[in-house]
Amino acid sequence: MRTILHSDLNNFYASVECVYRPELKAVPMAVCGDPQARHGIVLAKNMLAKRAGVQTGEAVWQARQKCPGLVTVPPNHDLYLRFSRMMRQIYADYAWRIEPFGLDEAWLDVTGHAMEGRAIADELRLRAREELGVTLSVGVSFNKVFAKLGSDMKKPDATTVITPENFRQRVWPLPAGELLFVGPATRRRLAARNLRTIGDIARCPVESLASALGKNGEMLWRFANGLDRSPVMALDESAAVKSVGNSTTTPRDIRDERDARMVLMVLSESVAERLRAQGLRGRVVCLSVRDVQLRCFTVQRRLARDTALASEICGCAQALLREHYRWERPLRSLGVSVSALRSEDGDTQLTMFPDAPRERQYELEHAVEDIRRRFGHFSIQRASLIGSREFGAINPRDDHAIHPVGRYER
Amino acid sequence: MAHRAYVRVQVDVDEVGRVRPLRIYWEDGRRFEVDRLMDVRRAASTKVGGQGMRYTCRVLGREVYLFEDDGRWFVEARDVPAQSF
Repeated sequence: MRTILHSDLNNFYASVECVYRPELKAVPMAVCGDPQARHGIVLAKNMLAKRAGVQTGEAVWQARQKCPGLVTVPPNHDLYLRFSRMMRQIYADYAWRIEPFGLDEAWLDVTGHAMEGRAIADELRLRAREELGVTLSVGVSFNKVFAKLGSDMKKPDATTVITPENFRQRVWPLPAGELLFVGPATRRRLAARNLRTIGDIARCPVESLASALGKNGEMLWRFANGLDRSPVMALDESAAVKSVGNSTTTPRDIRDERDARMVLMVLSESVAERLRAQGLRGRVVCLSVRDVQLRCFTVQRRLARDTALASEICGCAQALLREHYRWERPLRSLGVSVSALRSEDGDTQLTMFPDAPRERQYELEHAVEDIRRRFGHFSIQRASLIGSREFGAINPRDDHAIHPVGRYER
Repeated sequence: MAHRAYVRVQVDVDEVGRVRPLRIYWEDGRRFEVDRLMDVRRAASTKVGGQGMRYTCRVLGREVYLFEDDGRWFVEARDVPAQSF
């Protein structure tokens, strides 16, 4: 039997802020994006703010209504990244298979370690507290799904052990929505069959789940019965890359195609730059669109060949937008990502005739990048962006947000 | 109460990269020799906040925590009213 730990840094961003400003522990506090740039949502909150009902993801003004004394601080991503790396160094003393899930969560496979799972979990918590000044919740179990459930059961700074003997008592009474991959839509479909707890899913015949939810139904049934066998992947940060993307909520609404072109250009440039920095090229361009009523959709297209060129990525994104959006409403945010990635040193399909203009375009974009690296992002700009203060000032590369990347056997 | 006082320090770095603080310069110009280095570990300061490599130093017969936080150094300083200097 395996021993899997899932470690979750409690209120990560907020806790790190409190390390540097201990006085913030005594007041309700939230780390929030910049409302002026319309990124004004709660990214993380401390215990006092949580108690007042403040939720991650809600707008700052909503949070203020619930909690008038809320102190907000701007995010400091580099600092969080540093803490996340230090935590991973601590994990590495106990396991070599460490699968990060975002900056603040990770699975560890400690099977065969001389110490027991619970003892390792307790030691991790002690070290996080003493060495970093933050707290962890750790779930210890025999598979990844229950380990994750365990880390959610008791917070903050606690260890929860789920064994083959006790999971029926501990896990089965929990609502179905607690199970990994059960979101609102799946929850509704389960509820329609009167499956409300994880135990209901486990006791339901697997065929019936499969007919209701397809392949995912089978997967959930396995999860609920403790039969998840997905391995903890030894991932380093760069190996996790499956796609490279950037999105932005613009400082003002995107009203027409011309606005959209500027934003897509900025995003595509950033994506292309990041692809090249990692020595990657991709084949599939994906566009995500969100309008002012927060309705959103994503569309994607496969290109004829791998690319890391901003001009090609942007051209494709523009075409997708033109074909799929009729401008019934202005847009609030746009995103561009490139997937189906391959290393640029790998085999590539050559064209019959040398494509000199394309090579020159690569050289040109490379030169622009070089100028930006040496003199700053805004030292060189596209002429099309010069007229626009709002859109030209977006710098997605440095205003980055980090999203969790998870891999699962389905 | 106490606060994080960032200080100038003089350190010795050996061939394998081990860092050893030698003396601490206080903001009023006083200089304190580190008589002995007792312990080095990563730690968060529970007193004044902040986090980094913590050097436990013996200075003038007392144990002092000296932290290195991403290249900057700080000590846990007592808040003393200005007039008592």
